[in-house]
Amino acid sequence: MSAEKKSILKAGLILGLFSFVGLGLVSYTHQMTYEKIAENERLFIIKNLRELVPDELHDNDLLESSRQISDANAFGTDTPVTIYPAIKSGTLTAVILSPTAPDGYNGSIKLLVAISRIGKLLGVRVVSHHETPGLGDAVDTNKSDWVYAFNGHSLSDPSPKYWRVKRDGGIFDQFTGATITPRAVVKAVFNTLTYYQKHKGALALGKEHTKQSDE
Amino acid sequence: MNNYLNIIKNGLWTNNQAFVALLGLCPLLAVSNTVVNGLGLGAATMITLILSNAIVSLIRNLVGSEIRLPVFVLIIASVVTSIELIMNAYFHELFMILGIFIPLIVTNCAIIGRAEAFASKNPVAPSVVDGFAMGLGFTAALVVLGTIREALGSGTLFANAHLMFGEAGKDLTIFLIDDYGGFLLAILPPGAFIGLGLLIALKNVIDKRLAQPNTQVVELNIQTEKAPL
Repeated sequence: MSAEKKSILKAGLILGLFSFVGLGLVSYTHQMTYEKIAENERLFIIKNLRELVPDELHDNDLLESSRQISDANAFGTDTPVTIYPAIKSGTLTAVILSPTAPDGYNGSIKLLVAISRIGKLLGVRVVSHHETPGLGDAVDTNKSDWVYAFNGHSLSDPSPKYWRVKRDGGIFDQFTGATITPRAVVKAVFNTLTYYQKHKGALALGKEHTKQSDE
Repeated sequence: MNNYLNIIKNGLWTNNQAFVALLGLCPLLAVSNTVVNGLGLGAATMITLILSNAIVSLIRNLVGSEIRLPVFVLIIASVVTSIELIMNAYFHELFMILGIFIPLIVTNCAIIGRAEAFASKNPVAPSVVDGFAMGLGFTAALVVLGTIREALGSGTLFANAHLMFGEAGKDLTIFLIDDYGGFLLAILPPGAFIGLGLLIALKNVIDKRLAQPNTQVVELNIQTEKAPL
């Protein structure tokens, strides 16, 4: 074997060794942390869900009962979205849907929309967004109270033609300098309500497919 | 001992990675919108620098020059991934804010710059001190810029400190001006560029003032460093 080949081989071996050591370090850390990380993510979702659907409305584990449904028109995304049914003593009391507003100012805005059985909004939360800091990010509860304005509204209150921001003749506030963001959120919430209206029968039955171990 | 003082002075001031070497500007500009964000990313960068400098220095005689850079990149990437996982596990909310900037520490040229310019030529102890000093200097830059942008932009300081210090941090937030309307430019990217420019200018002015009284004595005992990469 020529000297040149030898040095290439040696360099390759050393590089391989370091890849292996690096891999070992990362796998070890992953082993040590993945349970904690999964738990964190779970807690974060549960915290959001429980803010929307208070404990007295359900006796099921919202996360456990969740399932995936897909309807690209209603939820603004091709990928299936998660639905969390809230069930109390065997009857559906509310659902939380996780639609996306695809037409934010800077990409998609992911939402959680909680609807009571009779179709009233229990609450809306923005889970993730990339809107402009200081303008569009007022949809975030950390920044302003804007999303609370949805509470208590339904498809008939206001009537569909007022389900817009004020600038478009509706009843929902826009932000100074940012109309696109609230417009996208209002539209996504409206679409979700429409979906619920159409499918509430099936959604209420859906609980029978989820394993319920009550009483 | 003098040598170590020199290293620390280098990291904090003379060769500050953000203000002098102008390395790592992407995270610096993107994450310096509040003090707490700056502090979080600064700490993560500092830990990465210390670990990567230590490891690089340990193996500096083992690795030939042909594969030095790929090996450094491997080491830095492994360290950063581990830090990312640990932050996700123990500082989850802060992790979600810093989000994509943690993996991006890998691409922070300051880290491979120090590995190449310092750790690959020096023993472990000075390399660790160098990592610490450079990290501290970078953190200081992030915090100073974060302070200016947060104070001007939202009129607060230490907002969201609970993400880092737990519940006790909630009381740390300082409201400089009640009902401050906010100055959007400071929070947006242009504010970061303008702020950084002004800070660099300020540093140059201070350096010039300091240099004036003893212009005749210019002793070059500082190791000259090529700008890495």
